[in-house]
Amino acid sequence: MEDRQYKMVHCYVNGKERAAMVDVRSSLTDMLRNEFGLTSVKKGCEVGECGACAVIIDGDCYDSCIYLAVWAEGKHITTLEGLEGPNGELSDIQQAFVDETAIQCGFCSPGFMLEAHHVLKPGVIYTDDELRKKLSGHLCRCTGYENIMRAVKKTMYQRAGMEMPVEEDRIPLSVPIEDGKVVL
Amino acid sequence: MVIGKSLPRVDAYDKATGRTKYTEDLCTPNTYVARIVHATIGHGYVKSIDTSEAEKVPGVVKVLTCFDTPPYKYPTAGHPWSTDPAHQDVADRSLLTSHVRLFGDDIALVIAEDDVSATQAARLVRAEYEELPVVLDAREAMKEGAPVIHEKYPNNVLSHTSSRKGNYEEAIKEPGLIKVEGWYDTPSVQHCHIENFICTSYMENGRIVVLSSTQIPHIVRRVVGQALGIPWGKVRIIKPYIGGGFGDKQDALYEPLCAWATTQVGGHPVKLDLSREETFTNCRVRHAILFHIISYVRPDGSMVARKLEMWSNQGAYASHGHSIAAKAMGAFPQLYPCDNVECDSYTVFTNRSVAGAMRGYGMPQASFAYECHAEDIVMKLGLDPIQFRRDHLMPVGYVDGFSKNELYSDTFNQSMDVGIKAFDYYKKRDLYRNQTGDIRRGIGMSVFWYNTAVFPISLETSSCRMVLNQDGSVQVQVGETEIGQGADTAYAQMTADTLGIPFENVHVVSNQDTDVTPYGTGAYASRQTYTAGMSIRMCAEAFKERILKVAFDYTRMQPYICDIVDGNIIRVTDGRVLMTLGDLATEALYNPKDSHHLTMEKTATIRSNAYSFGCCFAEVEVDIPLCHVKLLRVMNVHDCGRLINPALAEGQVEGGMSMGIGYALSEKMIYDQKTARLLNNNLLDYKLSTTMDHPKLEVHFLENEEPTSAFGTKALGEPPVCPVAPAIRNAILNATGISLHELPMDPHLLFREFKAAGLI
Amino acid sequence: MYDIKALYEAYSVEEAVRLLAAHPEAQIIAGGSDVLVQVREGRRAGKELVSIFMIDELRGVTMEEDGTIRIGSLSSFHTITYSPIIQEHLSVLGEAVDMVGGPQIRAIGTIGGNTCNGVTSADSASTLMALDAVMEVIGPEGKRLVPIADWYKGPKKVNLGPAELQTAILIRKESYEGYKGHYIKYGMRNAMEIATTGCSVNVKLSADKKTVEDVRIGYGVAAPVPIRARTAEANAKGKPADAETAAAIGRDVLLDVTPRNSWRASKDMRLHLCSTMAQRAFTEAVRKSGGEI
Repeated sequence: MEDRQYKMVHCYVNGKERAAMVDVRSSLTDMLRNEFGLTSVKKGCEVGECGACAVIIDGDCYDSCIYLAVWAEGKHITTLEGLEGPNGELSDIQQAFVDETAIQCGFCSPGFMLEAHHVLKPGVIYTDDELRKKLSGHLCRCTGYENIMRAVKKTMYQRAGMEMPVEEDRIPLSVPIEDGKVVL
Repeated sequence: MVIGKSLPRVDAYDKATGRTKYTEDLCTPNTYVARIVHATIGHGYVKSIDTSEAEKVPGVVKVLTCFDTPPYKYPTAGHPWSTDPAHQDVADRSLLTSHVRLFGDDIALVIAEDDVSATQAARLVRAEYEELPVVLDAREAMKEGAPVIHEKYPNNVLSHTSSRKGNYEEAIKEPGLIKVEGWYDTPSVQHCHIENFICTSYMENGRIVVLSSTQIPHIVRRVVGQALGIPWGKVRIIKPYIGGGFGDKQDALYEPLCAWATTQVGGHPVKLDLSREETFTNCRVRHAILFHIISYVRPDGSMVARKLEMWSNQGAYASHGHSIAAKAMGAFPQLYPCDNVECDSYTVFTNRSVAGAMRGYGMPQASFAYECHAEDIVMKLGLDPIQFRRDHLMPVGYVDGFSKNELYSDTFNQSMDVGIKAFDYYKKRDLYRNQTGDIRRGIGMSVFWYNTAVFPISLETSSCRMVLNQDGSVQVQVGETEIGQGADTAYAQMTADTLGIPFENVHVVSNQDTDVTPYGTGAYASRQTYTAGMSIRMCAEAFKERILKVAFDYTRMQPYICDIVDGNIIRVTDGRVLMTLGDLATEALYNPKDSHHLTMEKTATIRSNAYSFGCCFAEVEVDIPLCHVKLLRVMNVHDCGRLINPALAEGQVEGGMSMGIGYALSEKMIYDQKTARLLNNNLLDYKLSTTMDHPKLEVHFLENEEPTSAFGTKALGEPPVCPVAPAIRNAILNATGISLHELPMDPHLLFREFKAAGLI
Repeated sequence: MYDIKALYEAYSVEEAVRLLAAHPEAQIIAGGSDVLVQVREGRRAGKELVSIFMIDELRGVTMEEDGTIRIGSLSSFHTITYSPIIQEHLSVLGEAVDMVGGPQIRAIGTIGGNTCNGVTSADSASTLMALDAVMEVIGPEGKRLVPIADWYKGPKKVNLGPAELQTAILIRKESYEGYKGHYIKYGMRNAMEIATTGCSVNVKLSADKKTVEDVRIGYGVAAPVPIRARTAEANAKGKPADAETAAAIGRDVLLDVTPRNSWRASKDMRLHLCSTMAQRAFTEAVRKSGGEI
């Protein structure tokens, strides 16, 4: 016990100056969850393969599981808790995830929303393929990514002040049936 | 009415803000950490265990070994219990084992104050083994002289069942028949819920409490009782929100071990948080099943006689066992009805990870085999794939003799019509004829068929409780769990409409607690809206009746001229609002002379079942020299009856399709042939689809309401996985002329097959 | 928490060298995306670590006076991909490292770590081989430069002495001027992948774009360490920049590569891929150079 190493880490978490005495063996995930109670930071693999623990550090998105807590010194960190407004208002990306049914079990959702928030710079429009690449560090087993993509795209157009292009005329989700035959 | 509306999930806000509490979020800081010591051999016996070095690690509280555990054997399958011993699951598990049956089997448990101490100590536990040879393949395991994995099963066959119809041997003598024969093989794959399995236990007032990431709290309670040899009432299981399950958590995984652990440290809280690697190796997997099919058909494709043999790889322990193979086999004579059929299925122990329930429960495997075989018949006879299916699939009015399930609507044709139109199928088939060159395109399809729930094989029961609050809102509880699929939201919609109250006044109690939640067997078998729908409807209707009776005291109106609409007691005869439900609840509860706490509880025994149907269309581009398939388009058309919440239903289909795409193209558990060690036990080496591996997932529904269902619904969650792999396979066949007979259709397989065919 | 015996943090190269000298058993940790994974796995559990993560002087891409492009060893893959210097002169490297893992890994993973771990599958390695990169190393004895051809000493072994660390990767002007390159990463899925095989081809065409003046072909996972396909290169020099030469390269690389059987891919499949990928990467590099093929 006596040779355990601790270090005082000062950083900014969700806009607030914070300090914590951490065991130097801690990951940033450990620090955020255990010291600051930010349980939106989820553990899915602990080796940087699933993205559930992703947080924004100084403007870039990182997997906090493979980021040592001591490296957070002086850094500005945003977790999902930092996206909502002071009265619990949802940010645009969170609202889009709700509205587009992009959440199922919810375990990958914090990482996805933070990544999307980070990726979507105001006014920048990406192609679907570009967006898919930018989100590719997050695994989801529930949604097939379809509604996540839709929520992210919707927010992207919102941030650009543009209408999301309407998809071409297609067969409705629930296909009408008349006299036992589909109406197409 | 809110049924049929795409309302946001009831848990959406909390999940969108990250407030939702999962098991780990509920652990107290003083909780001990338990780490399992896993065997470093694939098969054999632990002769001795030396824990002395491990015990010296500072922070270690206790080291328990396979020689310390209670003597009880228990089953783990998330099946309802049967009081008939012949129908009970195989009890072959111990909390820890000295007979190692898979590489990584559980031989000891370290309990420590923190995770690093626990991990260090677990590494220092030394075991001496008597090693035995391993076997990974089901048919190898059945051979004379193969290693025996369970003493009770000398040839490793857990179960062998057969079905016979007509006379196969006589029927094949008909002149002019064409024989089509094929082998179809599927791999072991894992659920990969993003939250690994986790549970935590402690003791309270002499009882064991376990919080667990499970789909089946009431079943887990029974299994913990059985495993520890204690009365079931001594166990309380709490299920918070869970980060996905997909069937893996339809098993008692480590709740029994964790429950025992807390009893060994004086009831102190203990957490058992599996790593991703352990989730791969030590939880459950989808059964790898090999199929051999022979069909004798006439030139028009009509089936004269068919034979199916299948070997299902159970892995090291029985878990759900033969149920999976039985379900797959049961589907064979039904999908393409035929008068002369012989089926045999074997479920066989091997040294692989334990196979259990996984989304689709045998049907993704079966769909691959049956729909690839259908296409092989089509190719051999030179028929049109869709016309073949129109002609030979089960007809409208088909009734299964066993389950009494019926095909009520012309769903197969309807769904294929949608696919043809959406994909411009016939134009594409023409366009892709006779391609040459390195890069070729193809289009293919497959149908699917799926049973809802588990009747008549097992008990189907669901209980629902409703409690009226003073403000007119209602708590609803059922035992069919929310596991991410959106069940709670669907229940709220059903309750709102049946009871006549606004959607926002329905509070579904999501977290389940076996001390509190009415009995229900959990989330599996795509049973939630069907079975819970029945108890919700029963309960809501009875509740309304009771409320209206009590309302008589205040309104003086007879119940039969009253109703509850939009949260008000109304007089139906003229539509007048008599009082609000909230006023009624308050008056009734606080009435000093005759107080009523308005609640209702009902249990539905379900004695029916329903078929879901549909199809999948896929279009691919195959890069032959690079042995690579690019999925250009994929679409599922699904008839799950009436949609309670179309947006959530769409999400279910998309998720299933995604799992189907992984099954088709990339997912496979790879075992070292010598040691039986799982080589790709992580999310880097196990190839789950990423955002970059999917095209847009296209979904359509056909709302042919299920007549047997309380709300017109039937299976939704699992079936979408089933048709994807065969549709993609048939598209690759269309593109290249190569029939693939194995999953996944990854570059390894394509390299082998393209090379054999001289394409590269 | 990680099972780390002790963590020593360096804030300058000198401090890092001093700490490494004082703790000869210590492992350097840069971005951590390899080392922490290995600590967790147990391979490096209970070891001392010297963190160089805070040495900001090792970050960034610059151009020196003689046109040498200097990539600080702690530059993340993202930094490299988005560097204007890389985009202008070495786009193939920026594209190659943009295929590492996923976005979060590319934000934390460093090119120094990617080359110091000595693994053959590193996405930067084949391209750096094809660029004749030079490693700058600083240790107790001062600075030395190691051509990449002398860098890899065996699987997971690189040319680093006691208490030495790699501080930069240098690309000389003559290595990139007039060259265009193309990297193909072969994986089992399109993201979050370790290369099954990686092939990077740099081509310099004649002024009329008809002839191959020079070609450099680098491989990952075609041998125990990253390699060059010297035979194929030599044979292709001076040949027409056409499909026939591409096909010849595809055949000739088989004389250079020595992939192994592993559970990740069979030797036969890797040989086939090496050939196909060289042919395609060469074709693409010629196209990027303005050739018609």
